[in-house]
Amino acid sequence: MLSRRFILGVLSAATLAAPASMAAAEDVYIPLVSKGFQHQFWQAVKSGAEQAADEFDVTITFEGPDNETMVDRQIDMLAAALANNPKAIGFAALDSQAAIPLLKQANEKGIPIIAFDSGVDSDIPVSTATTDNVAAASLAADKMAEKIGGKGKVAVVAHDQTSRTGIDRRDGFVNRMAENYPDIEVVTVQYGQGDHLKSTEVTKAILTANPDLNGIFGTNEGSAIGVVNGVQELGTEGLVIIGYDSGKAQKDAIKSGLMAGAITQNPVGIGYETVKAAVAALNGEEVPVLIDTGFYYYDASNMDDPKISAVLYD
Amino acid sequence: MTTATDIEKKKPLSGLADSGAYQKFLAFASLIVLLIGFSIASPNFMQTSNMIAILQATSVNGVLAVAATLVIITGGIDLSVGTLMTFCAVIAGVVLTNLGMPLLLGVAAAIAAGAFCGLCSGTFVAKMKIPPFIATLGMMLILKGLSLVISGTRPIYFNDTPGFDQISRGSLIGEVFPSLPIPNGVLILFLVAIAASYILGRTVLGRYTFALGSNEEAVRLSGVNTDMWKIRIYALAGAICGIAGILIASRLNSAQPALGLGYELEAIAAVVIGGTSLSGGRGTILGTLIGALIMAVLTNGLRVLSVAQEWQTVVTGAIIILAVYADMARRKKAG
Repeated sequence: MLSRRFILGVLSAATLAAPASMAAAEDVYIPLVSKGFQHQFWQAVKSGAEQAADEFDVTITFEGPDNETMVDRQIDMLAAALANNPKAIGFAALDSQAAIPLLKQANEKGIPIIAFDSGVDSDIPVSTATTDNVAAASLAADKMAEKIGGKGKVAVVAHDQTSRTGIDRRDGFVNRMAENYPDIEVVTVQYGQGDHLKSTEVTKAILTANPDLNGIFGTNEGSAIGVVNGVQELGTEGLVIIGYDSGKAQKDAIKSGLMAGAITQNPVGIGYETVKAAVAALNGEEVPVLIDTGFYYYDASNMDDPKISAVLYD
Repeated sequence: MTTATDIEKKKPLSGLADSGAYQKFLAFASLIVLLIGFSIASPNFMQTSNMIAILQATSVNGVLAVAATLVIITGGIDLSVGTLMTFCAVIAGVVLTNLGMPLLLGVAAAIAAGAFCGLCSGTFVAKMKIPPFIATLGMMLILKGLSLVISGTRPIYFNDTPGFDQISRGSLIGEVFPSLPIPNGVLILFLVAIAASYILGRTVLGRYTFALGSNEEAVRLSGVNTDMWKIRIYALAGAICGIAGILIASRLNSAQPALGLGYELEAIAAVVIGGTSLSGGRGTILGTLIGALIMAVLTNGLRVLSVAQEWQTVVTGAIIILAVYADMARRKKAG
């Protein structure tokens, strides 16, 4: 039976040999270690990165842990990326502190780090390509206030309590309401881990506890869809829902009028700018410390505007 | 010349030793095949720094898998190992960062918390007769929630405790042999494995662990307090999860309260790849260690080969099924 295991091992090694030789043939290798992978948002970042890779003739890989709590798994990915002799690395930290030893190691080897999305809390990255999440969530608050007529009760369904984007979007929204709209009360902030189903349950609980609610802000794609689902399941009417990011379900909800509108980042741009900045750094060009990749508010009226539709993903 | 009594004595003994050695050799052989395969496929794989990265990636899952092995040998299962690890890390964070206690006290508190939670799980299973799957599933959720409550849902950093990050990140071996900076976390994994191996093979607790998994009723009927021994094993497994908590917190220099869910399945995967039977009564720590290494080599190797991430997951799943199938087929043939 020894042979059985041997066959297994040899087979797996053989199937793996093919892509490896292809990867080795390319010269400039830039791995991107992201915060997530299967989520549509990250796939859009990936497509932007691939676009830039084609344009500048470099090889990229794009990896991220299964969910945004797996800090140690992301560190393992970074370690594997470092082993592969990269020319530069794109990195979106789940927890900046945890990654510092490896980032230092990269720095000592002279490998430039480009931070993207939530960035890296350190001076090692030569540049950061990101959305100003506080400003984007403040815009969501302005739009919410406008739709509900400047007074009433609103709630937030956020994706998590610990990540930079989670904190910035929550605080951006809540603080703007507190500062500019004294007649609007944020009754509660609940967390659904960005998971559609959990966010649905959270929304239903909020609506049950606050039947007089005027609006809900969902802080990422999963949260926003959860809010829509929860409202649909309870059959609540007249509620103003503002979402974040895009995705087919969210776009459909906006078209049908269930959702008033949403903030979109420019995920394709985040991926594109990250690779572009990495190439520029490798060529010894000046790279800005902060690359604002921008955000927009979109609703049924401007969804088909080419400027907007280009950054929305399905 | 061998006498008849010699043969009688030798036969069962040598038979046991042979099958054990054979099994370990097989698991070890597949690990070596993977290592050689990846080395041929990519020149970047077999570097000291990458080997160390693999060992470091094994350390936390390996320690959790050792804990899971103990419980699985009794015929039970522990789904709470991942969140218990997180809970212990958070306890260490509270004791060290929030209360400002000395380093050793924080480590002791984490291990004690682990042992206590294990004791609770063990009591649910042994005394309250709740099936292990349900009891530890409940525990898994309780601990996930408590970790978030105690930490205030924020990571707790260990910046005020100098030396804490060295528990896992530092390298005692590297100080003696500068060219081989194997992190202490790996050293701790091997120490935990040796200790657990000793307990399983050389102590009364170890004997009862196997006996409970083989035939609990027979053990009870022979007048042994099976409940007490079972609780002790769960408590020991809990304490080992406490060590894993220290390792991960030290490696990340922070206690991440939301982490941990899903880690139990990877630990269990390492255990079964290592040849431990999920129905209990059979298993080795060395096998588990090799199982954990196979998982880490596979993940790292596929990444170094730049295999697309969606395919990495498929290959890992297939390897788990094949490895367990090969092991079972061999066993069937052997006996």
